[in-house]
Amino acid sequence: MDAAPPPAPPPLSLVGVAKSFGTVAALRDVSLDLRAGEIHALCGENGAGKSTLVKTIAGVHRPDAGRVEVDGRPAVFTRPADAQRAGVAVIYQEPTLFPDLSVAENIFMGRQPLTRGRRIDRAAMHAAAAALFARLGVRIAPDRPARGLSIADQQLVEIAKAMSLDARVLVMDEPTAALSGVEVERLFAVARSLRDGGAAVLFISHRFDEVFALCDRVTVMRDGAHVSTDPVADLTVDAVVRRMVGRDVAALFPKQDAERGGAVLEVAGLSRSGVFSDITFTVHAGEIVALAGLVGAGRSEVVRAVFGVDRYDSGSVRVAGRALRAGRPAAAMAAGVALVPEDRRQQGLVMELSVERNATLTRRWALSRFGLLRRRAEERATREWADRLRLKAGGLGDAVSTLSGGNQQKVVLAKWLATGPRVLIVDEPTRGIDVGTKAEVHRLLSELAAGGMAVVMVSSELPEVLGMADRVLVMHEGRITAELPRSEATEETVMYAATGQGAAA
Amino acid sequence: MAPDIGPSAAGAAVEGRAGRPGRSAWRSLLRTRETSVLGALAVSVLAASLLVEGFATGRNGGFLVLDIACVALIALPMTLIVITGEIDLSVASTLGLTSAVMGQLWWVGVPLETIVPLCLLLGAVLGVVNGLLVTVAGLPSLAVTIGTMALYRGLAYVVLGDRAVADFPMSWTGGATSRLPGTDLPWVALLVAGLAVVFGVVLHATPFGRALYAIGSNEEAARFSGIGVPAAKLGLFTASGAVAALAGVFWTLQYGSARADNAFGLELSVVAAVLLGGVSIFGGRGALVGVLGGVLLLGTVRNALQLADVSADALNIVTGLLLVVSVVLPNTAARLRERRRAAAPPQGPPAPPP
Repeated sequence: MDAAPPPAPPPLSLVGVAKSFGTVAALRDVSLDLRAGEIHALCGENGAGKSTLVKTIAGVHRPDAGRVEVDGRPAVFTRPADAQRAGVAVIYQEPTLFPDLSVAENIFMGRQPLTRGRRIDRAAMHAAAAALFARLGVRIAPDRPARGLSIADQQLVEIAKAMSLDARVLVMDEPTAALSGVEVERLFAVARSLRDGGAAVLFISHRFDEVFALCDRVTVMRDGAHVSTDPVADLTVDAVVRRMVGRDVAALFPKQDAERGGAVLEVAGLSRSGVFSDITFTVHAGEIVALAGLVGAGRSEVVRAVFGVDRYDSGSVRVAGRALRAGRPAAAMAAGVALVPEDRRQQGLVMELSVERNATLTRRWALSRFGLLRRRAEERATREWADRLRLKAGGLGDAVSTLSGGNQQKVVLAKWLATGPRVLIVDEPTRGIDVGTKAEVHRLLSELAAGGMAVVMVSSELPEVLGMADRVLVMHEGRITAELPRSEATEETVMYAATGQGAAA
Repeated sequence: MAPDIGPSAAGAAVEGRAGRPGRSAWRSLLRTRETSVLGALAVSVLAASLLVEGFATGRNGGFLVLDIACVALIALPMTLIVITGEIDLSVASTLGLTSAVMGQLWWVGVPLETIVPLCLLLGAVLGVVNGLLVTVAGLPSLAVTIGTMALYRGLAYVVLGDRAVADFPMSWTGGATSRLPGTDLPWVALLVAGLAVVFGVVLHATPFGRALYAIGSNEEAARFSGIGVPAAKLGLFTASGAVAALAGVFWTLQYGSARADNAFGLELSVVAAVLLGGVSIFGGRGALVGVLGGVLLLGTVRNALQLADVSADALNIVTGLLLVVSVVLPNTAARLRERRRAAAPPQGPPAPPP
């Protein structure tokens, strides 16, 4: 795909757009063309301004300076509805459908086809939805409720909605973060067919293999500014990473060798009906054990049960030889277990509380004397961990929601590392965070293991699993289907077990 | 008791941020709901003193305190419950049932020294029932306590019917409204103040209180942080029941009359005061000092209007308006600020981060 400029003006361009929030310049003089029939990748670390750019295109934010052009003519989006009318559709990482309405109702919300009696014409609506799904080549029943659809299918419903609006500009904000391999392939096929149909697609992802497999041009942003836009053929992963961080990134997976100590976490025969069954594994001090598998294989459910947030029906969890009471996170914490959960915003942090309040939430009693909290001790403890993890925040009193994803993850890590755990369970520790922070998290996990901590890592990113883990446990449909030592773990062996084709370990 | 909202004093920048943290901390303090409630309280006290004859007397002050004592007491645990994202609407019925039981026990000849602790225990049990329905059965507290509101009031009628027991000894009834020696201040003011300090410290200075804010903002994250959410809620509902019973005992003695319909509808005054005091009905936000201000503000306005011979209906209208305005005003102010910020061009290019 050569970058010969098409004759028609691009369906959507940004010209010298700037946007500030208070003293933070989120976008500075950014220009970008989204051309018809092209998939355009947007890369940048978290906090580089990608989300602000997407929201500007979507009409959520109005630029302080510069302008948005539609077909070469200046356009003012004051509301998301304005952008929608101009043919812009945005698919967010986590779609927001109405769970109790049917798929067809979700697609045609607010513009349902009507019968002559001004009543909703269900038959026409279902037929139209079915036609859209047929064009997308997917099988989703139009009359089923949106509740219970996988995230991938929810995204497809959003895409169908965009198609029904005749969207000419489709923005996909990290659509693959929660998808499994097969689902990603299907999404790509849909994106390509939309492109071939003449739509302009903006694709945002932290996964370079996807960017290079799918996209025609790549724009890199750093610190709110445009760095470069090039055809993908002229780029390498290294070049993109260098431009994103403005420096060379050392090895992404710096796993140190660590002395393997005694067994710290022993899980035996853990079962919960319909979710996972007969999960048995042991983690030793100084070891990183990865739980790999497809999304929905039950990995998060297992670690949540181990930590006691979820219940389990049978089996046992022992920490340093002592049985752990089921269903009691406080007991797990007292025994030295920490869980960095999968969903940072919903489970890891209280978004409206300050950085400090979040970081000390797990140590409230340890930081108080005679039952009263000591501000000094809280502040000192937070500052210590903020420095150790190189946290970038306006102030420790700022709401944690004002931080970028990577820094939010650092707060979650600080919150749990401050408890001095013997067993650290991390669930998707680098999901949705930028390359630089990712490397920092990997280095941190490696150092912790080297220091004698037992680390359990749930991850959907194979390179991360293969690079970090001493041992890989692969789950498929609620069961452990393979246990692979570092030397035997390859993309093939892990994927083989993850798709349920391997023999039991 | 520093309000537990807004940037804390620890808001000093990690990476030097342009600006004067001292001044902005002041400014954000001025903006809190607590400050506006206390400001409104000061204005209404001042206005009432100047305009309403007989308001600014010690005698009237004493009556005012007696008037609001029960609402103030019940509002203390209610504040903590609402910050946790729950609500307890059964408090006035708990008060009524306690009062009825107190009357019935006195009527059959039990001494008051025994009755009072029994009543407090009864209140705690009624609170535990609410708490268990919310935590173990997992029902929404709004539904649960609307149910028990009717249930407890009904039980009160079962206990006492439409009788009134009014022959409590003068030493107790007079004692309830007696003043501190040498002043016009009823002793119950000390009880309210003492409990306010206890609840204030628990809410704002203990690990338990810190957990309540976390639960109210995001219960799931609180659970993932090892906070015992059911235990905390059960404790709060128990405290709420016990304090409502305490208010029931006081109410009965204050008016010298045990009746099943005592304090009918009082839960709305309590909730109104809590919301007026700046506690978010969605949980996670609020401070006890604001609620005390809210209770005093409502009490002051009602008292002043009563002195000015305003009819009871008009009184309700004014109270209702006050509540609506208190909800609308900060909302509008925030929206205006937002618009002003959007309209003003960003002054000076912010220094790019190093």
